[in-house]
Order: sequence, then structure tokens, then C-alpha cells
Amino acid sequence: MNILIVGGGMGGTILANNLARRLHTELHEHKARITVLSASERHMYQPGLLYVALGRMLPNELYRDERGLLEPQIEFHVDPVEEFALDHHQVRTHSGRVYAYDILVIATGSRIFPEGVPGLKENAEFFYTEESALHMYQRLRQFTGGRVVIAVGVPHKCPMAPLEITFMLHDYFKDRGLLEKTRIHYTYPIGRTHSLENVAKWATPEFDRLGISYETLFNIKDVDGRAKVVRSEEGTEAPYDLLIAIPAHKGMEVIENNNLGKNGWIPTDRLRLNMDQRDNVFVLGDTTNLPISKAGSTAHFEADTLAENLAAMVKIGTPVRDYDGKVFCFIEAGKDRATYAMFNYQNPPNPRPPTRAVHWFKTAYNKLYWASARGLL
Amino acid sequence: MTDENIKVIDARGSFCPGPLMELIAYIRDANVGDVLELLSSDKGSAADVPEWVRKVGHQMVASEERDGIWHIRVRKTK
Ligand SMILES: Cc1cc2nc3c(=O)[nH]c(=O)nc-3n(C[C@H](O)[C@H](O)[C@H](O)COP(=O)(O)OP(=O)(O)OC[C@H]3O[C@@H](n4cnc5c(N)ncnc54)[C@H](O)[C@@H]3O)c2cc1C
Repeated sequence: MNILIVGGGMGGTILANNLARRLHTELHEHKARITVLSASERHMYQPGLLYVALGRMLPNELYRDERGLLEPQIEFHVDPVEEFALDHHQVRTHSGRVYAYDILVIATGSRIFPEGVPGLKENAEFFYTEESALHMYQRLRQFTGGRVVIAVGVPHKCPMAPLEITFMLHDYFKDRGLLEKTRIHYTYPIGRTHSLENVAKWATPEFDRLGISYETLFNIKDVDGRAKVVRSEEGTEAPYDLLIAIPAHKGMEVIENNNLGKNGWIPTDRLRLNMDQRDNVFVLGDTTNLPISKAGSTAHFEADTLAENLAAMVKIGTPVRDYDGKVFCFIEAGKDRATYAMFNYQNPPNPRPPTRAVHWFKTAYNKLYWASARGLL
Repeated sequence: MTDENIKVIDARGSFCPGPLMELIAYIRDANVGDVLELLSSDKGSAADVPEWVRKVGHQMVASEERDGIWHIRVRKTK
């Protein structure tokens, strides 16, 4: 059985390692083969970008060599896929090589798409890439006070990031003695301060307590860099001196170019994780069209389910369990307190008040992640 | 309009980002005049969605519950 995984990020790496352990004997006896194709020889711990944007982590701390993270029996090539020939069970890569498969897993992730909103790219700071996070940090260093607006596009990965960046910015300005001269204004697309009702119930009084103003039902329409205002689809506008945006995302271009899914989101079965109409193509992580959080933990739990199922398919010819929609997200509530939300398709989350202990656990997880990528956690 | 012309957004079991966020994500790319049907298992959607639709200026077409699932149809008007 020839298993081909496209994407060496969170989902692809965790799946490959988990599967390699389960199929140890089959790999040894050449009854199974696992190949990972990726676009980069480095693996980035993306959640660290939030800290880079605030000068609390340096970019080099976010990377590991992907080959070193993968179990030795896994074949790995940095050779991005350009063509998916699903009817012929093969892909063609940038180098021109053709890889055939019995089972294909697509885990190519997602990217910000600020170009979709007029004026956004030119006028807002982001923290969703290394370059933009460093740029944002430079802007923060130069910032001497004024009106800071946080604006959020849909869909975006890491559903907690809008709140986290807001609380962390508050503490950053406070530590630098700039809070008196700064007004933080948070905006959010739906009618409360977070998509999770229980998180919103906790965040809104926190905003009130900290003097952070907020406007809900605010979907970014365009940004006027001259007048320094961001306008909403709902007809309101927010003036800013510093605009921090989480732009709407898309999946990767290669997904769209191959007509696998509009905007790069691949139609995926919510329980089996196979691509619609395809029994031997599975989808993991950000690039699914599932109505759940685009988060590393989602990719991780999906990978756990899929590893079990693919191993069972090799051993007994059939999958053994369904993905239950499980997601776990830490929520930083400032520079030294945090809480978390855990939920699945059936059960809503019920986050508790933030504590220092959870913050330190998140700080530890920023390092422990590498054990998790290796499939040890 | 026949049912085949309606784009269905299956947001059942979505707590985060949630049904309204799913609708917002899809409606941006729809054409003016398109009808989208949102499936939601969250009863909050029956109130959230019309509130947003009114504020942006799209049009509510229908909203009904069948077997614990809300089927909410919205026409994009601009
Ligand atoms: C600022 C920020 C903060 C975040 N915070 C959190 C958090 O606190 N908690 C959390 O759970 N999640 C968080 N996330 C989200 C998390 O990082 C993503 O959801 C997760 O990485 C998704 O995993 P993935 O495997 O789908 O994609 P990725 O990890 O993005 O991996 C995609 C892989 O595909 C490869 N690839 C792309 N194109 C091709 C191609 N054509 N051929 C082959 N390979 C290709 C890439 O090189 C990459 O290796 C955060 C993200 C950001 C940006």
C-alpha cells in the first residue's frame, strides 16, 4: 500500500509519524510505503508568530528541519505538488516527477489573502507570516500612542488569535507606559466578541475592565489609508492610527488551480475525512471545508483519527473510527494568564476564568510542540 | 428557483467558527441574486443570522426547523 501525504506541516507530519509507528512491520517488510511531499525543508510552528509580533520570540525559534522530525522509514521530498491527477491516482510535482499512490492525503494548509479587501494589504499590519510579524513588531516599537484597531476577516485560522492579540497588545502598551495615550478598539464579524458564546461571555467584561472598546457585526469592506479609516460591510467605520488585521484566508493556490475546491477549501466528509466522491483521497487540517476551527489542534486530532483508520485499512481493509470534530485551543488572556476551550461536533466548550497555570502550560507547549509533531505526545 | 440552484452550507455541529461565520465566509464569493441555505444545529442561528442579514442589507428568504436542524435561506442582494 502506497500512502502519499502532500504537505509537511502540522497535519501531514503528525499523520506520517503516527502512521509510521502503527505500520512499523509493514514498512519493514515493504508491504506499505509512506511518502511526504512538502514545499519547504523547514517546519514552522506557526502559533509562535503571535509572540514574534510582540518581540517575545525570535523567528529562528519557530523552525525545525522537517526531515529530522519525521521517522526514518518515511520518504521525504521537498518538491511541491503542482498537479493532482486524482482519476489516475497520481500527482506531478514542481521538479516534474510523478508520484503514484493507493491512498492520497492532502494537508497543504491555508494562507492569508489580504488582496481580497481593497486597501488592506497596503495599510494594515499582520502577524500570520514571519515577514509580516516582524514588520508588525517594528511598527509597535515605533508606536507612541493613538488609536489601535483590530479587524478580522472570515474565514481565518486560529479562532482565538483576534482576542489573544488584543489582550497581549493591551499588556504590551501597558508595560511600555503607552496605555494612557492609546485606545484599543476591537472589531468582530458576528454579533458578539467571539464566535464561542462562552468565550464571548468571558471576553466582553474583560474588555470593559481593561478599557478596550469593541464593535460587533463588523466585516471589513475596505481600508482608506489616506483618511485612516477601515469601513465595514455593515456601513460603519473605525478610524485608526495603527490597524492590525487578521485577513480572510484561502487554501493554497494549487488546490484551486486543480479544481479540488473553491478558494482552496476541499469538500471533505466530516466523519471519514475523505474528499467528497473519492474513497482513496483524504483531507486534513486547514484545507478541509469543514465548519470547524482551522487550528493546529484540529489538524492534530484529525491526523490521529486518520492514522488509526489508514493503518486499519492496510491491516484489515477497513477504517475503524469516525472523527468526532474535536478541537482544543489555548486562549492567551494577556501576557501572563490564559484559559482554553475544548469542544467537538456535539459538545460546546465551557472555558474557565484565565489562570497563570494555563499560561505557563501554553508556554511549555510552545516547546513541547516538537514532541507532538514527532508523534510522541 | 429550483432547489438545485441553492448553495447549501452545512454548518451542523459548528461551535467555532459557528454557522453565521460560515455564512459570512461563503456569501462574499456568491453572486448577487444567489440564494444560500445554511444548515445549523445551533438554535442561536435563528436569531443571529437574520440580525446580520438585516444589518448588511441582504434578504432573508426562509427560516425553519426540521428535526433539530435550522434551514436558513438568504439571498445576496449586493
Ligand atoms: C499566528 C498564528 C497563530 C496560531 N495559533 C494557534 C494556536 O494557538 N493553536 C492552534 O491550534 N493553532 C494555531 N494556529 C493555526 C495552526 O498553525 C494551523 O491551523 C495548522 O498549522 C494547520 O495545519 P495544516 O497541516 O493544515 O497546515 P500547515 O501546518 O500550514 O502545513 C501546510 C504544509 O503544506 C506544505 N505545502 C503547501 N503547498 C504545498 C504543495 N503544493 N505541495 C506540497 N506541500 C505543500 C507547506 O510547506 C506546509 O508544510 C496559528 C496560526 C497562526 C498563523
